[in-house]
Amino acid sequence: MINTMECAVDAQSLISISLRKIHNSRTQRGGIKLHKNLLVSYVLRNARQVYMNEKYAEIYRMQQYEEVMTVCNEIQELNPLDLVEDCEEQTADCCGSANESASLCGALLPVSHQAPSVQHLQPSSACSVPLALQSEEVCKAPEPSFYRSCCAEAYPVSNCDFSPVNSMHCNKTTVLDLDTHVVTTVENGYLHQDCCASLQQCCQGAQSPAKKRKLDFGYYVSEIEEVPDFTPCKRAKFEDSSYASTEPLDTSNISNLISIFGSGFSGLVSRQADLEQALNGQFCSKQALASLGAWTRAIVAF
Amino acid sequence: MTCTFEYQLLEIVPADERVSLAEIKTPVACCNPSTHILTLIIRLRLFAGLVELQPRPWFCPRMLSPVLCSDLAALEPEYTEADVISTVEFNQTGEFLATGDKGGRVVIFQREPQGEYNVYSTFQSHEPEFDYLKSLEIEEKINKIRWLPPHNPAHFLLTTNDKTIKLWKVSERDKRAEGYNLRDEEGRLKDLSTITTLQVPVLRPMDLLVEASPRRVFANAHAYHINSISVNSDCETYLSADDLRINLWHLNITDRSFNIVDLKPENMEDLSEVITVAEFHPHHCHLLAFSSSTGTTRLCDMRARALCDQHAKLFEEAVDPSRRSFFSEIVSSVSDVKFSHSGRYLLTRDYLTVKVWDLNMENKPVETYQVHDYLRTKLCSLYESDCIFDKFECAWNGTDSVIMTGAYNNYFRMFDRASRRDVTLEASREMCKRRAVLQPRRVCVGKKRKETDVSVDSLDFRKKILHTAWHPKENIIAIAASNNLYIFQDRLTPSGHHNTPEIQSAPPK
Repeated sequence: MINTMECAVDAQSLISISLRKIHNSRTQRGGIKLHKNLLVSYVLRNARQVYMNEKYAEIYRMQQYEEVMTVCNEIQELNPLDLVEDCEEQTADCCGSANESASLCGALLPVSHQAPSVQHLQPSSACSVPLALQSEEVCKAPEPSFYRSCCAEAYPVSNCDFSPVNSMHCNKTTVLDLDTHVVTTVENGYLHQDCCASLQQCCQGAQSPAKKRKLDFGYYVSEIEEVPDFTPCKRAKFEDSSYASTEPLDTSNISNLISIFGSGFSGLVSRQADLEQALNGQFCSKQALASLGAWTRAIVAF
Repeated sequence: MTCTFEYQLLEIVPADERVSLAEIKTPVACCNPSTHILTLIIRLRLFAGLVELQPRPWFCPRMLSPVLCSDLAALEPEYTEADVISTVEFNQTGEFLATGDKGGRVVIFQREPQGEYNVYSTFQSHEPEFDYLKSLEIEEKINKIRWLPPHNPAHFLLTTNDKTIKLWKVSERDKRAEGYNLRDEEGRLKDLSTITTLQVPVLRPMDLLVEASPRRVFANAHAYHINSISVNSDCETYLSADDLRINLWHLNITDRSFNIVDLKPENMEDLSEVITVAEFHPHHCHLLAFSSSTGTTRLCDMRARALCDQHAKLFEEAVDPSRRSFFSEIVSSVSDVKFSHSGRYLLTRDYLTVKVWDLNMENKPVETYQVHDYLRTKLCSLYESDCIFDKFECAWNGTDSVIMTGAYNNYFRMFDRASRRDVTLEASREMCKRRAVLQPRRVCVGKKRKETDVSVDSLDFRKKILHTAWHPKENIIAIAASNNLYIFQDRLTPSGHHNTPEIQSAPPK
């Protein structure tokens, strides 16, 4: 868990600062410094992780409140005596299960055992991890556990509505291969074994995570806004076949981001974020993130 | 012998003195032989007839008349980026001190019998180049200088920029042959009809001439930027390390090298760490250590296999996961690695600490020293200003009892290992007075406890001491502060070793 207490600026501005550094390094004398850019990409990854944590925490809390109220009302109709108990259990289950450091598989397994206590998952402020965990469980073994059904209702159809790229990689690295002199920005990390057919091909494209990568649950961030990055040439380097299906989707967003950066950061300032009030950012990167279509879709899908 | 941490300024060498083509002047210096205290003066004393110096078109040599240091501040010119010192290195005896700068120049100082260091030789080592295939400019900045162990009267040193390593020979000539038959004294061909007798040329003494000539050029072996070179104890081979690979060279063979470490992943997208520094063990010719950006240091044994990707030892301290911040990876990246002179210990420097590792214990360092922990809350602004990427070097003293490293605001820190005492000293022009003993500084977070305390917010992060060197045998240190070179000497123990160090308070002014 990243401790943000000591940092004076928030994740969004860190992201924009980091992107600016990477952008500037391309014009520095002496060529791109691999070491510095690698470190900047780590900061970018950390900042994005925190940003996603915060974002999902808010959204999930909003969603959860509504869900709990709905379910509690339903329960009340069924069995008034179980009301309090079930609601509490449900809330605890759904809200207390964020785990970022354990492997995805490890987190998923206990869920299937319908353990009421989520001891395998550390409670944290980021409640959003279970969004994916639970959705997978719904797909995998549709047992009528109360725990899952409430969450399943949260995503009735959204699994399959996810654009293929959504469930993919979570870590982003910008690297310059000085042998071939190509800059690439790639995400890799864990993939979800999602049941939806449309996502099967993405699962096969799973790359082994880099050695010291921690699970970044920010996979829902459509990598679209990260993938396009800021140079057109990076697109050419994507070798992963799983990206093939996402490219048409990405292209429009890539050109968006490129045109944004092409006109300087002032281009970002002029764009308006048309999302819910959670996205009240003024920072360039945040607006870039917010204004991209896929991001909007991901939010709406919830 | 006591270790007092009382250092006196021996010399400041400003940029234009280092590189100017000054004529020989009578040195204005006086040394008090009984106390070995030198009054500070600026002297210009370069040996004439430098062979390799090529004046750069934008450089205007200035000749300073000898002035007292109190007038220095008024005369100090604005410095050019090319004059910033990028590496400092003593040779094995400490008689010579070499500095390299961003402009590709190398300046070698020699220690005079009285104790001061004078410029001995200056030459242009590397020029800026352009890689046409990759459309990349290759900087001429000298990244590292390493002296070869002496084996004949000439001196050899390796210098490297981002891509090319060169072996230089620096030799003296103090005799000249006179009386040639076919040429006259100026070198012009004689009219053959005027030659009536034959003579044998005779060697006559001449003014000392120091020549530097490139003997080997080791090029085209690194796709990434070279960050370190290290001469093996066998005196025949050396290594050069870039971000992803380490190559082994023979000093006499320039057209091939062996790759001994390769961290480049199959897929560059999986890149997670780069090599930051590599060094050979001082006694065991088969051992080398290299540090990485992930905060680990590896010890490799070249006897095990040809490619040393598998480490023999991995020195890594477990990081508390609850203390992770945005900048954990940057702060843990190791910026310098130095073996102790004994070969028993490793010194590593990351952004906030300096650590001593015992080669026999991998899981944690034996000693950790906080260099400037007050910066931990300022990492955000340091990241914005790019200061967080500064690579500080570290150094052992001759007996491995004291370690030294640089910091910001022209401060440098020394840590006495046995007594655990430390001191912060400043290398700046303002405090250069006659016989001035460096006063310890203190950085405080919050309210000042003493008048001389310096608040964290008033630190100047543009003034950083990245490169320091310690004389291998004596208590003399060389500090590079931007474009100025400072040489300090311990007041009470200029020579000799520290056996039972004691800290004494500095005498009142």
